[in-house]
Amino acid sequence: MSPKKNNIKAFFKALPKNIFSGFVVSLIALPLGLGLAMASDAPPIAGIIAAVVGGIVVSILGGSHVTIVGPGNGLVGVLLVAITTLGLETAYVAIMCSGILLLLLGFFRMGALADFFPSSAIQGMLAAIGLIILGKQFHIMLAHKISRADTVDYLLEIPFTLNDAIHYDNKGLIFAAFAGIISLTIMLFYSKIRNKYLQLIPAPMWIVILSIGFSYYFEYGLHEANPIAPEYMVSGIPSIQKIIADIPTPNFGSIWSFMFWGNVLALTLIASIESLLSIKAVDKLDPEKRRSNVNRDLKALGLATVGSGLLGGLNVVTVIARSSVNVNQGGSNRSSNFFHALFLVLFIAFFSTQLTRIPLPALMAILVYTGYKLASPKVVTQMFSIGKEQLIIFFVTLIVTLKIGLITGIIAGVITTFIIHIFINRHLGAGLFIRNLLKPNVLMYKEHGEKDNYYVSVKHFCSFLNYYKLKKHLDAIPENKDVILDFSLCDFVDDTVLENIHGYQELFAKRDGHFDVIGLDMHDTETKHPFASRRLLPVPNIIKNSLTRRQSTMETLAKNYNLKYSPKKKKEVSFLNSFSFFNTKHINHIYNKLIQKDLTISLFDIEFSEGEFIAKEVVRSTMLHIELDFKIPKFTLDKEGFLEKVSALAGFKDIPIENHDDFSNRFYLLGENETRIAQFFNDDVTHFFESNPYYHVESNGNALLIFEKERLASIKEIKALYDFGKRLKQVIS
Amino acid sequence: MPIKPFKSIGIGVAYSPNLKANLFEAARLSVFFEAKLVLIHVGEASEEKSKLLSTILKSFEKDQLKYEVVFKPGNPVDVILSISEEKKIDLLILGAVKREKIVKYYVGSIARKITRQANCSVLLLIKPSVERIPCQHIVVNGLKDPKTEQTITAAFYVANQLNAEKITIVEEIGQDEIAVKVDDDKSLRRATIAKERIKLRENSRVKEIISHIPKEYTQNKIIKLQPIFGKRGYSIGHYAQISRADLLVMNAPSKMTFWDRLFPHDIEHILTELPTDVLILQ
Repeated sequence: MSPKKNNIKAFFKALPKNIFSGFVVSLIALPLGLGLAMASDAPPIAGIIAAVVGGIVVSILGGSHVTIVGPGNGLVGVLLVAITTLGLETAYVAIMCSGILLLLLGFFRMGALADFFPSSAIQGMLAAIGLIILGKQFHIMLAHKISRADTVDYLLEIPFTLNDAIHYDNKGLIFAAFAGIISLTIMLFYSKIRNKYLQLIPAPMWIVILSIGFSYYFEYGLHEANPIAPEYMVSGIPSIQKIIADIPTPNFGSIWSFMFWGNVLALTLIASIESLLSIKAVDKLDPEKRRSNVNRDLKALGLATVGSGLLGGLNVVTVIARSSVNVNQGGSNRSSNFFHALFLVLFIAFFSTQLTRIPLPALMAILVYTGYKLASPKVVTQMFSIGKEQLIIFFVTLIVTLKIGLITGIIAGVITTFIIHIFINRHLGAGLFIRNLLKPNVLMYKEHGEKDNYYVSVKHFCSFLNYYKLKKHLDAIPENKDVILDFSLCDFVDDTVLENIHGYQELFAKRDGHFDVIGLDMHDTETKHPFASRRLLPVPNIIKNSLTRRQSTMETLAKNYNLKYSPKKKKEVSFLNSFSFFNTKHINHIYNKLIQKDLTISLFDIEFSEGEFIAKEVVRSTMLHIELDFKIPKFTLDKEGFLEKVSALAGFKDIPIENHDDFSNRFYLLGENETRIAQFFNDDVTHFFESNPYYHVESNGNALLIFEKERLASIKEIKALYDFGKRLKQVIS
Repeated sequence: MPIKPFKSIGIGVAYSPNLKANLFEAARLSVFFEAKLVLIHVGEASEEKSKLLSTILKSFEKDQLKYEVVFKPGNPVDVILSISEEKKIDLLILGAVKREKIVKYYVGSIARKITRQANCSVLLLIKPSVERIPCQHIVVNGLKDPKTEQTITAAFYVANQLNAEKITIVEEIGQDEIAVKVDDDKSLRRATIAKERIKLRENSRVKEIISHIPKEYTQNKIIKLQPIFGKRGYSIGHYAQISRADLLVMNAPSKMTFWDRLFPHDIEHILTELPTDVLILQ
């Protein structure tokens, strides 16, 4: 009885926060939805319909917690093909059919489907999709609409379009191209500027607001017509009444053709892969550490896709970028997905005429940026660092996808990977794979003893072909337990597996568990086990030999203050995971570590990232970590500011400290155990904070984390930070 | 359950480089079990062959080893099987090749054919050696099967004769026994509880079996129960391999058809990948 009631209470308590984050997400979903639909040659409203139907259906029936659904980047390429080959009416039928297939995948518990694809092949496929989006939209962004039969032609013509754009003499086109270039600039530099007020509104929404404002300025300020050529404006945003009146009649005429089912399969494949990968990534970001019910989510997505297709919308998939924004804005349950849909309905209901004031090139700039992110050169260098053969797989998939199609591309990627695996393991013979493919090669049991840890041993080989077996076992372990994964009986472990294992390690570390991999040291990393190179070989360390000026100053500082200094990158950051600041962030590494001889106070530079894909931002900062030998309450102390005022409205509560109005006004104190925190902040501690410079201070119960800015600290700031930490430690102990 | 001691031990003798090692293992076991050793050679008898055997076994004279040599030409499988019947052999020792090629898997090597058809217990040796490698850890299956009680009892008897200190009884539990499928946190919790319950049930079943075994066999032994959720027959082999067991004791298979070989299960998994020495009890 009581827990149920608490659930409802907790739900309503979290509701304001979820409404807020749903609102922020809808700000991104609106322009993206319009853009993705137009990039797929569908009417712009189709993307919004997908987001609305998806948001409502999946938030009610889905099995994940903080994901956002809507039209996906990956599907643009497939939808484009489907719509151009089948025609819009039949394409809607294809979308509905793929929804039914997704539903079936959910019912047959095929959530593991995405695990059967090697990660390099998926990367290659995503890069190809990125290039398809980028290639097509780049021309529209520069107000130079062209239509070609082959996707590669679009890419090859980019230089010509650039040349044409410089020589425009039509004023309408010049303005249109300017709108595109300015929008692209906003997308590129938005994440570089870390300003609280600017960041309140996501970059795509800035583009929408600025371009609508621009249009109104011309209309009401200058009493002129909008200078951007009318054919480069968003057209055909119907009102709600019109959408309902115009529900397309599905055309079942040509559903028995080979082409139709080929398209349906491609839609289903990409929709499921994109959704499953996104759900996996979002689960890692969930601050409440819940596990998504993947199969239930697939069923809900399938149903939503059927509904969306029926109403004239695109496929509904789980989308990573919007989901990670949702998590960052404090979305904590499925209601935020629902509210994102609701806000989209409100936008269309009240602002549908305003939306036609957005220039097409501005919207396409958002997509060009998205496409670039998917196919950025960084992906290639990352592949190369894993192994040269990964590049072969990557490029084979990429080129075949571009030249022939998605399904053929991913199949080519899988086959190439398999051939490369056999070639690498030629000393063992192909028999290793064929003979042992179907064997139940994973053993898992609970070891006896006090620790009660799980022991998992894998035999023969472990690659993308049989990873699902290992995954099934690993998924059956609660994430707060200790796991030892033993590869010593394994002749070959591929990069896909190691990448997934790394994901598990992060997940377990965040949920107070421990995930150890043993038995890989015996594998030869260069010839016998090249894929492991990423994990076994230390990262080539150039810094070691040539310290930067900051580093050498830090070294002298260490000497003067009697500290130990090490500039090396360290991946072992589990001691930071229990701080709530890192709940929704991924720590890449720490470096330039200064540590006291007694190991209690350490100061280091840290690199972490927020969000995923297009919302991903890498942040570097300098932090101080104080290890305490006694327990203190968990809390977060921050400066009172505008953002905090906003989030206070959304449900956080500041803990007041009696008789210290100045402190309570200036600082913003958060934590669960209010009485203990109020006790901890006695006169001395409060006075210390009042009279010293401001830092963000966080406690995880037995350690403190102190930092100032989301950038690296200068030497002077390092000294101040260290001094602050030392004195704070004295005050509280 | 009464203990059936091994009174006579048989071994197929081929004049191969492994001969001495095989004979030494067999003779040692006969001494441990106080059993008579029957050497079966498929082929014609000759002075030379008998002499070779007696010189090899000379060092066991001080242990009062009784042995008999039988020569009979014919098909190796038939000869060995018929002589085991005839001489009432309780335990047949076969040398095994550690990993067999895929082609042989379908045809079945001589050793495997005998294993499938023999009416007596069979011991498959993977690394016979002249020097004795002490047997310290025995892994035995604790499947829910009518034969299991006999098997566990026999394992304790063997452990006692070979002075093995540790016995692990592995209960293999099929995944399908857990009614709950893991999807999210809630179902994971339910599945974990269901597993714990099954484990307790299996452990109490095996403890019941152990309580029936005479005290003199179970005392001074380290007994460990290890429930494993996994594929029957395969997991125990895998476990024996990683726990570095010296001997794996298994129930004899019930029935073997062509399909069982095509879609291997239970003991067939062990036969394709012998993890250690395997004793199959009849």
